[in-house]
Amino acid sequence: MDISTLLTAVVAVVGVPLVLLGYIIGGEWVIERLPEKIQNTFRPYFWAAPGIGFASVFMLVPLAYSVVWSFQDDSLSKFVGWKNYIYFFTFPDTITSLKNSLLWLIFYTLGAVGLGLILAILVDRVKYEAIAKTAIFLPVPISAVAASIIWKFMFEYQAAGSTQTGTLNAGLGLVHHDPVAWLVDATTNNASLIFVGVWTAVGFCLVIISASLKAISSEVLEAARIDGANEFQIVRLIVTPLLWPTITVVGTTMIINALKTFDIVYVLTNGAYDTDVIATQMFRNLSNAHFGRAAAIGVILFITIIPLLIVNIRRFQQQEEQR
Amino acid sequence: MSQADATIARSEERATPISALSNWGYRLQRLPLHIVIIAFMAFWLIPTVGLLVNSFRQPADMANAGWWTALFPPHGFTLASYQQVLAIDGVPASIISSILITVPATVIQLTIATMAAYAFAWMKFPGRDIFFIVIVGLMVVPIQMTLIPLLKLFAVTGLAGTVVAVWLAHSGYGLPFEVFLLRNYLGGLPREIFESAEVDGAGHSVRFLRLAVPMTIPAIASLTIFVFLGIWNDLLVALTFLSGSPYKPFTVKITQLTTSLGYGWEFLTAAAVLQMALPLIVFIALQRYFVRGITSGSVKG
Repeated sequence: MDISTLLTAVVAVVGVPLVLLGYIIGGEWVIERLPEKIQNTFRPYFWAAPGIGFASVFMLVPLAYSVVWSFQDDSLSKFVGWKNYIYFFTFPDTITSLKNSLLWLIFYTLGAVGLGLILAILVDRVKYEAIAKTAIFLPVPISAVAASIIWKFMFEYQAAGSTQTGTLNAGLGLVHHDPVAWLVDATTNNASLIFVGVWTAVGFCLVIISASLKAISSEVLEAARIDGANEFQIVRLIVTPLLWPTITVVGTTMIINALKTFDIVYVLTNGAYDTDVIATQMFRNLSNAHFGRAAAIGVILFITIIPLLIVNIRRFQQQEEQR
Repeated sequence: MSQADATIARSEERATPISALSNWGYRLQRLPLHIVIIAFMAFWLIPTVGLLVNSFRQPADMANAGWWTALFPPHGFTLASYQQVLAIDGVPASIISSILITVPATVIQLTIATMAAYAFAWMKFPGRDIFFIVIVGLMVVPIQMTLIPLLKLFAVTGLAGTVVAVWLAHSGYGLPFEVFLLRNYLGGLPREIFESAEVDGAGHSVRFLRLAVPMTIPAIASLTIFVFLGIWNDLLVALTFLSGSPYKPFTVKITQLTTSLGYGWEFLTAAAVLQMALPLIVFIALQRYFVRGITSGSVKG
């Protein structure tokens, strides 16, 4: 590791806040000396400029470029019309990756939110709630890379008859079941990958749903119990409806995660054995310098997320009205 | 009836069956509940525990017997995997790279975000609402959309393959969510404090540095943890901008080793443990901030 990079890092850590401090103090010094009318028009933009600038240069402008480049060839110099999109939708593997992304969308989201909800309701009823939540939350801070290595050992497979070193197959051996090649077998591999995703996400859903569960007044629940409702009715008719706003928020987050899924698939199978998803297919095009095609897949990914974008903005506007 | 009364009432009701027999009946009824929860806890912990145990075994043992066999003597624990991983060319450098990427990227985006959030929370200007709606929208935009243009931008500006490129990219990606969250937090601070400071003649720079920032520290602290770990754990951005660079971070290095080794990758357990040690320590030490960060981001919105 060379010294110059280390120095750059130190300069960035100390320098960026200092530069912004100078910008604020120096800029305000100048602004305060301007006529009041100019002050009021100019000041907000002065404050918001670094943030808006960053978001524009590194998000908005690239977004626009991606759309334009999705209609260009791989050298990004010639317009080729819809060719990249036609290529994507007629490429045989595309069906697989679209199907798999749909599987992720459905089962990852339902799995993470569903288990999160069930566990939130269950742990609410025991004394060791905090410990249970910590245990289930533990995979959340673990990177997808480390989680993939963790699960490589869980899924490890040896031919039937030899010693199974994989935890899951050893477990199957205990119940005299033949070992399963989890990541290779076409009937289990997508489910296995999605499960790893669920494993890393349930804790996130659990913690959020649990927080809003605590906000439900116990009087409501008591009243229902006195009226003779059983626990299942209470969960179905009272708790779940009251949690619904939270469930939709968590759900949209999970849907976005599912559509963007990349790390787990890339590390565990890299799309082999028909486990490709949209994001891994895009990355393969990108690393093979098929920039036009990669941009087109990026645009398709973006289009699938637009409904969620609208939902998010609507929800934001509703919240603003209540402020 | 207050919250406390209700809790007491609830526990009293649970305790009403006085006789020991029905008390046992009540416990037996709850047994499935405990079994389900403990089964989940076990299944969520076992994979990580298995990795941890394996990382202290000889790679050859890992290939011959499952990790649970090491729980019984002879354990055969050793640091061989750690020595082997750290001896691989580029692994120690990649750990340093991860730090060199993560710390500045976190500092850059949070300072810029706090400043922008102040403007959005406490200043009125034409276009503010539209700008902010764009920011809310950008929160969900897949970063995949930006990778190719940014690759080109960094190539043109000579930043390709440097840590600076990744700082800038991460900062751009992180800003929308941070501005959104901090603006909501700052906007929730009492207006009177800012107004009385203004009456006392404090300018915006004083109000920001002496009032807004100190009062926002809890939110900034939670965000810092999140942003830091997000970048530490990132794979896609680093893979795109640094995979061929000498500054590739630990996640990229591990991934390249996993895919290139095929067989005999067992000793990478040690690498995985080293990679996740920091996130897990941070999580366990700062659990409260961690959870608060998650819930404030989603529930209150």
